[in-house]
Amino acid sequence: MCSVCGCGDGETRVDGAEVRKEAPGRDHGQGHGQAHGGHQPHPHHHGRAHDHAHGHDHVHMPDGTVIHYGQGPAGVSVAGLDQPTLVRVERDILGKNDAIAARNRAHFARHGWLVLNLLSSPGSGKTTLLVKTLEALGASVPTAVIEGDQETTADADRIRATGVPALQINTGKGCHLDAGMVADATATLHPPHGATVFIENVGNLVCPAGFDLGEALRVVVASVTEGEDKPLKYPQIFAKADLVLVNKVDLLPHLDVDVEALVDNARKVNPGVAVIRLSARTGAGMEAWLRWIEAGRILKCAAE
Amino acid sequence: MHEMALSRELAALIEAEAAKHRAARVTRVVLEIGVLSHVDGGAMAFCFDACTRDTVAEGAALTIEQPPGQAWCLDCGDTVAIGKRGDSCPCCHGHRLMVTGGEDLRLKEMELV
Ligand SMILES: Nc1nc2c(ncn2[C@@H]2O[C@H](COP(=O)(O)OP(=O)(O)OP(=O)(O)O)[C@@H](O)[C@H]2O)c(=O)[nH]1
Ligand SMILES: [Mg+2]
Ligand SMILES: [Zn+2]
Repeated sequence: MCSVCGCGDGETRVDGAEVRKEAPGRDHGQGHGQAHGGHQPHPHHHGRAHDHAHGHDHVHMPDGTVIHYGQGPAGVSVAGLDQPTLVRVERDILGKNDAIAARNRAHFARHGWLVLNLLSSPGSGKTTLLVKTLEALGASVPTAVIEGDQETTADADRIRATGVPALQINTGKGCHLDAGMVADATATLHPPHGATVFIENVGNLVCPAGFDLGEALRVVVASVTEGEDKPLKYPQIFAKADLVLVNKVDLLPHLDVDVEALVDNARKVNPGVAVIRLSARTGAGMEAWLRWIEAGRILKCAAE
Repeated sequence: MHEMALSRELAALIEAEAAKHRAARVTRVVLEIGVLSHVDGGAMAFCFDACTRDTVAEGAALTIEQPPGQAWCLDCGDTVAIGKRGDSCPCCHGHRLMVTGGEDLRLKEMELV
């Protein structure tokens, strides 16, 4: 486990059972120690065109500034014996996740599952909203929930208390769900045909943004207590949303937050994104949210 | 810090490519991280060392290229350059922009011996 960056290996658990082991034998503590020593970035200007032959680590900034991260290749190659060859690879680093996500999407479509990925910062009200949503939906459609948290089964327990099947993924030190975890979870849960499946991602406005889970719809929950500037500070997560749910509007009388500015900011990074103002506590806006889910089902599942 | 997970993916990609080319060692890795991608170049470099330890790429030099952001302005009907998400169009100052470039996260090249 790595205490520096907060990410760990092989600690993902689905409802208590460890499901994946990552490559063993990496001493992260030491690795980071080295990285700290060797990777102190120092910006400097780079006057010439990019040249792949120079031997140091650096980052090319768009304005021509270069940040160096090291002093050059640490390894030794035997001159005259090995001729280094440059090979073009051009492979997407998220390719594996994206391939699993595409498989998930096809699998979900085959079962007529409408899958929604809920993302937000910790405590914006995702679980509260889900509990209220499941209560409102009642037995009208089959539902299931996948809960992602670093630790505890508290959120899955809250969902199960409503009578809806839920499965908890504990990511350990991991900061986001990935498509593989969701593949494991849906295989275990396997809700009935036509179910609406909610995935509550790990509370985090940064890391989950880049990981496609295979969902049909992406919902970002932003509570009014977080302030109006969050879409500009954490643009990645808002940029990929299909819907921004502005939650906790019951608290507006007590706050200085400018909700119109929050919505404007969301649309600066995602023009035309749908927005629903809602209070999971009072139920205001719940009708619009339920209609949006139903419209999503018609749009996403009608084609199947 | 999703960069740790991504660095692990990167290390696995490098190992697979190196094996395909029967390379004994990887001495340089060129990454593309678009300025509009969800990844921080510094954090990626920071995690790279940890993830390539005891692999063919241990000690490899890391070059990160950061292509600029590009977007299509719905009002200008033109491709424009943007520095970050949320920026306005440099021509009309509007915000109706669809990002079209600078989002990629790719392993571009490797130097093998
Ligand atoms: N006033 C008010 N409080 C709310 C509302 N929705 C949620 N809360 C409260 O906000 C707190 C956090 O709610 P949760 O539902 O646990 O939030 P979460 O997003 O699931 O949190 P994590 O899973 O830990 O990221 C709780 O105390 C809720 O009662 C709302 O609409 N209005
Ligand atoms: Mg929760
Ligand atoms: Zn314009």
